[in-house]
Amino acid sequence: MINWTALSVFIILFLLVTVMGFLAARWRRGDLGLLNEWGLGGQRFGTLVTWFLLGGDLYTAYTFIAVPALVYGSGAIGFYALPYTIIVYPFVFVLMPRLWSVARKHGYITPADFVRGRYDSHPLALAVAATGILATMPYIALQLVGIEVVLAAMGIAGDLPLVIAFVILAAYTYFSGLRAPAMIALVKDSIIYITVLVAVIAIPVHLGGFGHIFAAVPKPKLLLSPAAFPAYATLALGSALALFMYPHSITGVLSSQRRDVVRRNMALLPAYSFLLGAIALLGYMAIAAGIQPSRTYGAQWAVPALFNMMFPSWFAGFAFAAIAIGALVPASIMSIAAANLFTRNIYREYFRKNCTDAEESATAKLVSLVVKAGALLFILFAPTQYAINLQLLGGVWIIQTLPAIAIGLYTRWLHRYALLIGWAVGMALGTYMALSQGFKSSIYPLAIGGFKLPGYAALYAVIANLIVAAVLTWIFRAANMAAGQDETSAADYGAEVPATPAGGLAAAI
Amino acid sequence: MNRWIYVLLLFPFIAMLWVPTYSAVAPTLGGIPFFFWYQFLWVIISGLITAFVYRMTPHD
Repeated sequence: MINWTALSVFIILFLLVTVMGFLAARWRRGDLGLLNEWGLGGQRFGTLVTWFLLGGDLYTAYTFIAVPALVYGSGAIGFYALPYTIIVYPFVFVLMPRLWSVARKHGYITPADFVRGRYDSHPLALAVAATGILATMPYIALQLVGIEVVLAAMGIAGDLPLVIAFVILAAYTYFSGLRAPAMIALVKDSIIYITVLVAVIAIPVHLGGFGHIFAAVPKPKLLLSPAAFPAYATLALGSALALFMYPHSITGVLSSQRRDVVRRNMALLPAYSFLLGAIALLGYMAIAAGIQPSRTYGAQWAVPALFNMMFPSWFAGFAFAAIAIGALVPASIMSIAAANLFTRNIYREYFRKNCTDAEESATAKLVSLVVKAGALLFILFAPTQYAINLQLLGGVWIIQTLPAIAIGLYTRWLHRYALLIGWAVGMALGTYMALSQGFKSSIYPLAIGGFKLPGYAALYAVIANLIVAAVLTWIFRAANMAAGQDETSAADYGAEVPATPAGGLAAAI
Repeated sequence: MNRWIYVLLLFPFIAMLWVPTYSAVAPTLGGIPFFFWYQFLWVIISGLITAFVYRMTPHD
């Protein structure tokens, strides 16, 4: 049965952000025929816009559905999202300003651009670009799952509404580029903050306080068993190391106007972590409220069902709009990031060496459509579980670019071919680990001798990657293999680079 | 500027990855078990540490 009140509020908010998405093309107007204008918003975003953009980008609709679903279904282990987002910002605080500076200095738009310039290696850059695209695609598909679940919660069945939502998204991303999700993120995050604030105050009051909520949680779900400690810690660490290797995270960082904006944001973004922790608690509230998992959506049904039970219809519609719009922002940024990678590091590199700036930008716009169409078809025709499995693999894959990108920001000691072989080993080993668990868990039961240490497969695979890269570097250097030319210099990594006019930047590429 | 200030950024890692130090129900705070409110507290502490390091290092 369709909940018309909720649906009306939902549609009004959805229309509002649609209009904003198209108007965004005129915001801080630039020449959208240039890739850094379309794909990085002209690199003019200040502290506040970057805060909203990165927050809206990293904390996706899928996060808002999946994290409480994990807490609801599996208990305390689902809370690893909190330590994960606690440690990620101190790490990124030292790392990403360096990437920002060197990228601005040399006109890099993607992480693969940096890797090519730093290591003078086309195969390594291709590996980084391909990994980024591969890891991003299922992530976009999962944003659709977020929309699907909230539509179902309002009684909307069938695929058509989902298709309409995605066509609208694709259209304004095509026209406005990164400006669209940046502008929409302002609205999206405001309504998310309101929703969560109301939820964590009103629902516990309804359920008789936090004491009652936690008392209703079965003992095994309330605390970690000591056997789960390594899993909890490695999930947090591995996810934190991987997060800013994702192309959409890097796109968010590189679009900011100044190096200082990036640094400042790492102290401000924890506000979103607080929000995420509150959302994770909704999983326990759903248990206390006696919510049953749905046949179609399983544990992912927990939060929408909780909202339907606890909120008046109009506010439920508001909350569902928050989640659905929360899917549009990251989906848009992810498709832009994948399009930037494909256009810059595959199309321009291998197919059209002499393509003009306008052609490059036009190609990226088209690719952003193709990427989203692919994600939509995948969700419509393949079981949702495939997308979830692939996203799990995506995390295992993307972390394999960490040695080339993150270590490359500090030292060029690792040899380019050692990095490439290390990457291949990490990809193969990580994929094997995930497959061996039948995708049921990203935890691999590592056993060394008689000593068992179950931990996050991505982290184990990247450790293997690093060991291989280090050992081979030592051998390749001893054999005097050519290490290529580094087009960056030490000073490029620490400097505030004044913004150049868009044309000047494009000319420097 | 003293580069040692960056060492402060390691504290959130130590606190959060050392799970046995906080996997406990007691003491509860307003009905919330220690495991949960302690991690929420670290969201704030970690943010403050990063903000402090930002303030103490060159910025504009």
